[in-house]
Amino acid sequence: MSLIAHLARMEAVESGRAQPLATVRHRHLSERPLVLVPLTTAGEAGAPLGALVGTGPDEPRLLVVPQPRDRELRFAFLAELAEEVLPYVDGYADAVEPVERKDPATGEKVQVELCLDAPQLIVPSRAGIEYVRLLGRSTRFRRTAEQDPDTPYPAPPRVPLLGRWLTHYGERARVPGSSLLLAATDLLNRHWATGQSSLEDQHLGALLAWIDPYDDEPGAEAAYRAELGRDSRGQLLCPPAGPATDPAFDNRLLAPAIEAYDRARQAVGAAEDGETADAALAALHRAEREVRRLVVSQLKPTWDATWRALGLLRELPEGARVADRWTRDRWSFTGHRDKVAAGEPPQPRRDDAVTAAAKLAAREQAQGRLDAQEALDDPLVLAGRRLAGEAFTGEVVEVTPAWTEARRPAPRPLLTFRTDDRPRLEPGTKVYRSLDGRPQTAEFVAPEEDGALVLRLLDKMGRAKEPAEGTVPEKGERIAWTLFEHDQRTGPKLPAPEDTPWTHGGPPRSADGELPDAVTPEDLL
Amino acid sequence: MSASLDDGRSRPAQTTDPVPTPASRRRTRERLAELRGPSVPPRPLDARALAALAANPGCRRRALLDGAGVDKGALASRLGSPAPFGQSQFAIVRGNSFEAKVKADGGRELLRLFGVEDPGTVSVPELSASGPEGRTARTALALREATAAGGWTLLDHPLLTLEVAGSPVHLEPDAVVVDPAGRWTVVEIKSFPMLDGAADAAKVGAAARQAAVYVLALERVAAVTEGAEVGHGVLLVCPKDFSNLPTASVVDVRRQRAVTRRQLDRLTRVEEIAGALPEGLTFDVRERSAEELSAAVEAVPHAYAPECLAACELGFHCRGRAREAGEVQTLGRSVRGELGALTTVGAVLAAARGEAGDPEDPAVAALRRARALRQEALTEAAACR
Ligand code: SF4
Repeated sequence: MSLIAHLARMEAVESGRAQPLATVRHRHLSERPLVLVPLTTAGEAGAPLGALVGTGPDEPRLLVVPQPRDRELRFAFLAELAEEVLPYVDGYADAVEPVERKDPATGEKVQVELCLDAPQLIVPSRAGIEYVRLLGRSTRFRRTAEQDPDTPYPAPPRVPLLGRWLTHYGERARVPGSSLLLAATDLLNRHWATGQSSLEDQHLGALLAWIDPYDDEPGAEAAYRAELGRDSRGQLLCPPAGPATDPAFDNRLLAPAIEAYDRARQAVGAAEDGETADAALAALHRAEREVRRLVVSQLKPTWDATWRALGLLRELPEGARVADRWTRDRWSFTGHRDKVAAGEPPQPRRDDAVTAAAKLAAREQAQGRLDAQEALDDPLVLAGRRLAGEAFTGEVVEVTPAWTEARRPAPRPLLTFRTDDRPRLEPGTKVYRSLDGRPQTAEFVAPEEDGALVLRLLDKMGRAKEPAEGTVPEKGERIAWTLFEHDQRTGPKLPAPEDTPWTHGGPPRSADGELPDAVTPEDLL
Repeated sequence: MSASLDDGRSRPAQTTDPVPTPASRRRTRERLAELRGPSVPPRPLDARALAALAANPGCRRRALLDGAGVDKGALASRLGSPAPFGQSQFAIVRGNSFEAKVKADGGRELLRLFGVEDPGTVSVPELSASGPEGRTARTALALREATAAGGWTLLDHPLLTLEVAGSPVHLEPDAVVVDPAGRWTVVEIKSFPMLDGAADAAKVGAAARQAAVYVLALERVAAVTEGAEVGHGVLLVCPKDFSNLPTASVVDVRRQRAVTRRQLDRLTRVEEIAGALPEGLTFDVRERSAEELSAAVEAVPHAYAPECLAACELGFHCRGRAREAGEVQTLGRSVRGELGALTTVGAVLAAARGEAGDPEDPAVAALRRARALRQEALTEAAACR
C-alpha cells in the first residue's frame, strides 16, 4: 500500500471515520445483482447450512439445510439454489449484440454474439468467494440420473450446471478488475480507508462501522462492538459474514435445534397410527422452523450489510474506464454460455500447464490494465502514481513547433512543461497522456535550467505537415502525463482463449471430460 | 539432557534446555509460580500454543505469560476483552470421527497412507498409564521397543515432553509411526479437505508449525534411544475432496522446526523478563482485581501487530492499549516501514501537516508530499462534482 493510503488510514484514526481512497467507483455494479450470503457447517468441507439469495434487498429467498449431514437435504438445498441462480443467469443469455472479430483459427472475419449485459454475483466477503468456488467444485462433477442411471446418489437435474457456472464465476474473480463475482468487503476496501488494519477490514460489520456508522459514534468503538459485542445469551450482536458461523452459535443454539429436528424425524418414522403421525409431522415442522429461524438470524444482518455496502458504492460515480473492463466480463460470460451450449464437459479439476500459464499471463496483463485505468479515471489514484514518480501533472508553459527531418516532414512539436512532481525520467523516456480517451505519446528530451521539462510530442497529430486541430496542447493547458502505457486496444475486446469454446477456435477438449468424484455413503457433499 | 546420554550420532543442536543448575531452575520455577499466583495451577501449553509463539516472536509479554503458565484466556476475560476463540462442536465431532476412521483396522489403514501396502504385523502398543509422567515414560519405552524390534509400530496418542522455560510441557500428537529402519514420523490428522491434491495453504502451514513442535519433543527421546531417527517430513492426513476417505501427503517441517526451536530458546529467557519486573507483581487471575491485572500486564512490554488478533488471547486487549498509545503498528506491520522514526499516528499526521518534524528527514518530506498530493486530488475531484 502506498504512503497516501497509510496517511488516509491515519486520518481515519484521527477523525474516527473512514476516509476516501478513491473519488470514483472502480468496479461495475449491476442494476440487478444477485446477492448470495452462504453459511456452511463447521468442520465440513462445503456442507452448506443455509443461504439467503436474491436480487433485491427486500426479497431474499431463504434456503436452509436443517440437518447438514443428510445428503438428500443437501441436494435439495443445491437444487433450490440452482433454481435461484440459473434463471437469473439465463436471463442474460439471450439479449446480444453482433460483433465482428477475427477467427483465431482461420484469421477470417466472423460475426459473433456478445451478450449485452451479464449476471453479477455479490457475496459478503472474500471467504464467500472461496465458498462459491468450493460449491462449484463440489457440484460440477456430480452425475444426474439422466446422465448416468446407475449413479448411486444422483444429483438433482440442474445441480451440475450450477456447479459449472459457480466455477466460472469463482475463476473469473481471480482476474484483477473483473466484476462478475465481487465481495462486499473488497468493494468497500477498494474505496475507503479505515482506521484499522487490512486484516480487521475483512470483517464486514467492522468495516461498515467505520464507513457508515449509524450515528456519530467513533469508528473504532462501533467496530469493536461489531467484532466482539455479545447479547445476554452470549451471541454475537453482529454475526460473522460467513460462510463460517460463530462457535458459540453452533454450540448453544444450532446444535440443540438440529438434535431436536433429528428426534422429530425419528418420531415421524416411528409413528404407528395416523394420529401420532400427524402429531409427529407437526412437531417436525416446528423443529424445522426453529432451525430456519436460527439460520436466518445469522444470515439476515449480513444480507442487510451487503446491500448497505452496495448502496454506499452506488453513491460514487462510475469511473470512465469501468465499462471497458465490464465489456471483458461480458465476453467472459458469453464465452462460457457458448461452451455450455456447445456441450463441453465441466471445467477440469486442474488446468493443464498451457492453460495455467495462459491464465497467469492474462491476469498479469489485467492487473497492469487495471492499475493504469484506475489512475486515469481517478485523480486520487493518480496521486499515488505521482508520488511514486510514475506520473506527473503540471502546465504547458511553451509550445515550439518542430518537424522531423524526413523528406515529408511530420510534426514533432516541443512542449515546455512545468511540474512540481518528481517523475523518474531520463532522456528518451516515453510518456503518455489521454487525448479524448486515446493515448498520445511524447518523449522526454531534457530538463531546462529552471527545472521545467522539455517533451517532444510523437503521435496522433494526423498525416499533414501541420498537426490536426486540437492534437497539440496549448500554452497554459494542464496535463497529466504517465510513464506507464495506457491500454491501446479500443473497440470490442476479445475474450480470453480459455473462454472461447472449441467451436469458435478455443482450445480443444476431450468430449467426455473427467470422471465424477468417488462417493461414499457417509460423504458430506 | 546431558551430553553423556547422547548416543553420539550427529544431531541438531539441542539448546532448549537451560544449562543452569538445579538451584537456579528451582528459583525460576518459584518466580514463575509467583507470577501466576500460588493457588493457580499452570496452564499447560499445547503444541498449538507453542506453535503460535512463532507468530509473534518478539513479544516479551506473551513469552512471559506463556512461560509462567498463565491462562491468557482467563486473563483476557478479566481484562474485559475476552478472546473470541472457540471451537464448534460440529467440527470436534467431525474431527474425532475422521481420526477414528484413519486409525481403523489396527493401524493398517494409516500405513496404507504411508504407501505401505503390506506392512506385515503392525504393533499398536498400549500407552495408557497413570499421570502424565507415567504416560511419557510409557511412550519412551514403547518407542525404544519399537525401534529395537525393527517392524512397523503405530503409537496412538503418545505423550511427549518438552521443557519450556524451566517446566515440562506435555504434548500429545495424533500418532507417531515407527518404521522398520527406526525412523519416527509424526502423523497429523486434520479434518480440512485436500481438494484435488492440495489443501488450504494457511491451514497446512498451521499444521506444519504444530507438527514441528512434536518433532522437537520426539528428538529429545530419540537422542537417548539407540538407532532412532526423527523424520523431518510429517504425514498430514486429510479427507479427500468432499468425502471422508483419508488421503495423505508428506509435509517438510524443517523450516518450522528451526523457527520454533529458535523461539523456544528465546522463551528460556523468561527469567530475564521476570527479573526486570517489580517485586510482588503477579498475574494471579483469582486474587487480583482487574485494575491490578491490567497494571501488571502493562509492566511487560508487548509487540502488538494485527496478526495477534488471530493468534493470541490478549489480542484485543493489547490492540486497545496500542491504539490508545497511537501506535502506527496497529494499522499493520508494513505501515511501520515507510515512516522512519515516526511511530505514532499523531506524530505522523503532525509531520505530514508541517506542524512538526524535520523537513530534511526523507520520511517527513515524503509524508508532506503525500499529503499535498492527496489534498490536491480530493479538491480536484470535489470541484468536478
Ligand atoms: S496480543 Fe499482546 S501479548 Fe499477545 S502476542 Fe500480541 S502483543 Fe504479545
